[in-house]
Amino acid sequence: MSKTKEPALYGIGAEFNSAKDVYEAAQKIRDLGFIRWDVHTPFPVHGMDQAMGLKRSRVSLISLLGGITGSLTALTLIFLTSADYRHLIPEWFPVTLIPSYPLIVHGKPFFAFEPSFPIFFELTILLTAFGTVLGLLCFGAIPRLNHPVFNWERFSRVTDDKFFIVIEATDPKFDEVKTRELLHELGGSQISLIRHDS
Amino acid sequence: MHSFDLPAPTTTEGLDLIERRPLVGSKRGYAWITEKFSRIVEQKAPFWWWVAVLITGFIASLVPLTLAYQVSTGVGVWGLNNPVFWAWDITNFVFWIGIGHAGTLISAILFLTRQKWRTAVNRSAEAMTIFAVICAGIFPAFHVGRVWFAWWLFPIPNANVIWQNFKSPLLWDVFAVSTYFTVSLIFWYIGLVPDLATIRDRATSKIKKFLYGIFALGWRGSNRQWSHYEKAYLILAGISTPLVLSVHSVVSFDFATSVIPGWHTTIFPPYFVAGAIFGGFAMVLTLLIPCRWIFNLKDVVTDKHIDNMCKIVLLTGTIVGYAYLMELFIALYSGNPFEQWVFLRNRVADPFIFGPLMGVPPAPYWWAYWAMMICNVIAPQFFWFKKIRKNLLAVLIIVMFPNVGMWYERFVIIATSIHRDFVTSSWGYFSPTWVDIGLFVGTIGLFTFLFLLFIKFLPMVTMFEVKAVLPEADPHYDPRAHKKKTGDPLVDSNPQLFGGAH
Repeated sequence: MSKTKEPALYGIGAEFNSAKDVYEAAQKIRDLGFIRWDVHTPFPVHGMDQAMGLKRSRVSLISLLGGITGSLTALTLIFLTSADYRHLIPEWFPVTLIPSYPLIVHGKPFFAFEPSFPIFFELTILLTAFGTVLGLLCFGAIPRLNHPVFNWERFSRVTDDKFFIVIEATDPKFDEVKTRELLHELGGSQISLIRHDS
Repeated sequence: MHSFDLPAPTTTEGLDLIERRPLVGSKRGYAWITEKFSRIVEQKAPFWWWVAVLITGFIASLVPLTLAYQVSTGVGVWGLNNPVFWAWDITNFVFWIGIGHAGTLISAILFLTRQKWRTAVNRSAEAMTIFAVICAGIFPAFHVGRVWFAWWLFPIPNANVIWQNFKSPLLWDVFAVSTYFTVSLIFWYIGLVPDLATIRDRATSKIKKFLYGIFALGWRGSNRQWSHYEKAYLILAGISTPLVLSVHSVVSFDFATSVIPGWHTTIFPPYFVAGAIFGGFAMVLTLLIPCRWIFNLKDVVTDKHIDNMCKIVLLTGTIVGYAYLMELFIALYSGNPFEQWVFLRNRVADPFIFGPLMGVPPAPYWWAYWAMMICNVIAPQFFWFKKIRKNLLAVLIIVMFPNVGMWYERFVIIATSIHRDFVTSSWGYFSPTWVDIGLFVGTIGLFTFLFLLFIKFLPMVTMFEVKAVLPEADPHYDPRAHKKKTGDPLVDSNPQLFGGAH
C-alpha cells in the first residue's frame, strides 16, 4: 500500500431524492451529449430509457435465437428418433449410430406434427427462457460482483430509497470541476468522486 | 340522438372522485417498504417460526421414510390394484401441479394485463409454485416403480439405442412439467435479484453479505441494467403465459387421450386449467392471510388484494362448476351408454336422493363426488357477497373448501372412472394404505416447511416492484397536484422527499 498515489478516478456521483428529480436531471445530461454515464435507481423508473437516450434492449433477439434453437431441437429429436428412415441410409453406415427407433402405437404414423406439438412447444419455451437469461446476463453485464460504484458509501441506498447519477471520467465531456458543478445545478446532493479499487 | 351528445367536461373536478385506491396503504414510502420486508429476513427468527419449522419438518420427514419403504419393498405397498393402477399418486401429482398454476398466473398473466396489485403477492405466489411443483414431481417419479430407471424418461443416448415414445402424453408430461419447473424457477430468481441486492446492501455480517452478494449477481440498479432487465422480465412473462396454460392441458391429456369413459373428454384442457387456477388461488389465500396477520402486511396486501383474489376464486370456481355440469350433460346428450353408466353409477348416484330417484344402487365413491361438488361449486359462491370477501376469517374458512375439493376432483376423475369400467369381472375398489397417506401428508409438510424457510430467508414481497407502484415513483409525479387531490399530509412534512426545495 503506497500512499503516494490515489487510485484512478472512476467518475462523479450525485444523489437525488425522487424519481422526478433524477428523471429531469437525466434528460438534461442526455441533451448535453454525455455518453458514458448511468442512472441508478431502486426500481425501474418509467420512461427512463428515453430520458437517458438509451436504445431498445436487444435481449429479445437472444430470446428469439433460443426459441428457434428449441423448436429445431425438438423437431429434429422427435423426427430422428421416431421416423422410419433406416432403409434410406447406406448399408455401410454403422447401424448403432442411427437413432431411429420407430414404434407402432395405436396404428398411428411413426412421425407426424400433431403428436410432436406438445414437446415442440415445451422445448421452444424452455430454450427461449434460457436465451432470455443469457441475454440479460450478457447485455446487463452481470454477474459482476465488484464495481467502482460500490466504493462510494452513499451508494448502498440505491437498493433502498435514493436515486443516483454517475458520470464516468472516461466520458469525452467529463471535466472534474465542470461536471461537479453541473450535477450540483441539476439538483444533486452528496456529490462525490468515485475511485477505482486501489 | 341529442341525448347522447354529452358536453365535454370543462373541469377536472369530477375526476378526483374516481381516483383509484392507492395500491399501498397508509401512504408508505420507499424506505418503509425496504425496512419492513428486509427486517423479516434480518431479525432473529421468532419462536413460533422455530415451532412451525420443527413440526412441518417432522411431517416432511414422512416423505423420505415412506419412499424408502416403497422403493425397498415395491410399488405394491401403495393401495394400487388391478384395475386401479394409479390413484393417489397421480391425484396428488395433479393436485400439486394445479396449485402451482396460481403463482404463474399472478406473476405472468397479471403482469401482461398490467394488474399492478400483483406486485404485493407475486413473490410468495411464485415461491408457492416452485414448492408445489417439487411436491408434485415426487409422485410420478416414484410411481414408475424402479425409480433408478427414471432417467429413461429423458432422451439420453444409451447403449441399447432405445428411444422414448414421443406420441405418449405421459412423455409430454415429463417435458411440460420439467419445463414448467425450470422456467418458474428462472422467473422467480430473476425477480429476486434486485431484492437480494437490497438485503446485501443492508447486511451487517460478512457471511450474509457474501451469500446474498453472490446471488444478487452484483446488481447495482443501473438503468442500463434495468432496461435489459425489464425486457427480459416481459419476455419471461410472455412465455410463461402460454406455458402455464399448456402444462395443465398436457396433464389433462394423460386422461383425455385415453378411451376410458369419464376420461375421454374434449373439455378436459380448459377445465383442468380453470380448476388449477381455482385451487391455486385458494392456496395463495390460505398462505397469505396468515402471513398478513403475523407480519402485519395490511398496508401492502390490502383488503383490495384479498378482494381481487376472492373474485378470481369465484370466477374460476364457477367455470369449474360449469365444466362439471357440462360433463354430465354431454354424458346424457352423447347417448354413449358407457359414459352415462360411469357418470350415473360410479359418481352421481348417492344413497339418499339421486340414487333412489334414478333407481340405481349408490356409487361406491358417491361421497367423493359430492364432496367435490359441495367444496368446488357451492362453497366459492359465498364470494358473491362483499361482506364475506371483507371478512378475512370467513375467506380463510371458505378457501379451505376448494383446497380439499380440488384434491377430490382429481380423485373422482381418476378413481371413479377406472375402478369399474367395461368388464364386470375386472371391477375393483381403491383404498389407500398407510404408505399412500403418509406420503401425501408428508408432501403437505414439505410444502409448508419450504414455505417457512422462504419467508425467513428471502424477502416475501417484491420490494422493488411495490416501490415502483407508489405514486411518487412516477417521474411525472407532481406532489402539489397530488396533495390537492388526496390531501396527502406527507408532502408538507417532508418536502425533500417529493422533489421540492433542496
